[in-house]
Amino acid sequence: MLDPNAIRERIVGALPGSEVDVRDTTGTGDHFEARVVSPAFAGKSMVEQHQLVYAPLQDWLKTGELHALALKTYSPEQWKKFGNR
Amino acid sequence: MTPELKARFDEAVRNNKIVLFMKGNAMFPQCGFSARALQILQQHGQVHTVDVLADPEVRQGIKEYSNWPTIPQVFINGKFVGGSDILMELEERGELAEMIAGKTPA
Repeated sequence: MLDPNAIRERIVGALPGSEVDVRDTTGTGDHFEARVVSPAFAGKSMVEQHQLVYAPLQDWLKTGELHALALKTYSPEQWKKFGNR
Repeated sequence: MTPELKARFDEAVRNNKIVLFMKGNAMFPQCGFSARALQILQQHGQVHTVDVLADPEVRQGIKEYSNWPTIPQVFINGKFVGGSDILMELEERGELAEMIAGKTPA
């Protein structure tokens, strides 16, 4: 079982300066959703943004400890534009 | 992935503006995520679909080709765009139409 904070810490560790919210969507510690706003996303496609978030979580994803992580990613500029939907 | 298979993928995404690797075909999608992706894309034009269930080699190979672990997978103007979540998000942001029109890089 994973803790949302553990996931959050890894993402922030890999993407310094990011604003990260992680939520356990099922209460079972293996399905999560995350919203990540990071300066590292500027100029990147959404696929590239998601891959940057998945990278520090690879071992958990491989073992299945982390079964699913639904992502919303934004550069600071995209967050201003689309964050309030 | 064999070079022959890679060449097939290259050809499919080069010769079609919108390509969807999906479970099932356009008439009978076999998965809710594939069906939703198809529905979104069809609002923007003709979609070339590839049924990954028809060929295990394609089903595995496409994941290596795009370096993305799940099906469906969307390619626009030759470039890998993402799976169903990303597609929905791009549609909500209004970026999908621009991408297909070639106004923003995919």
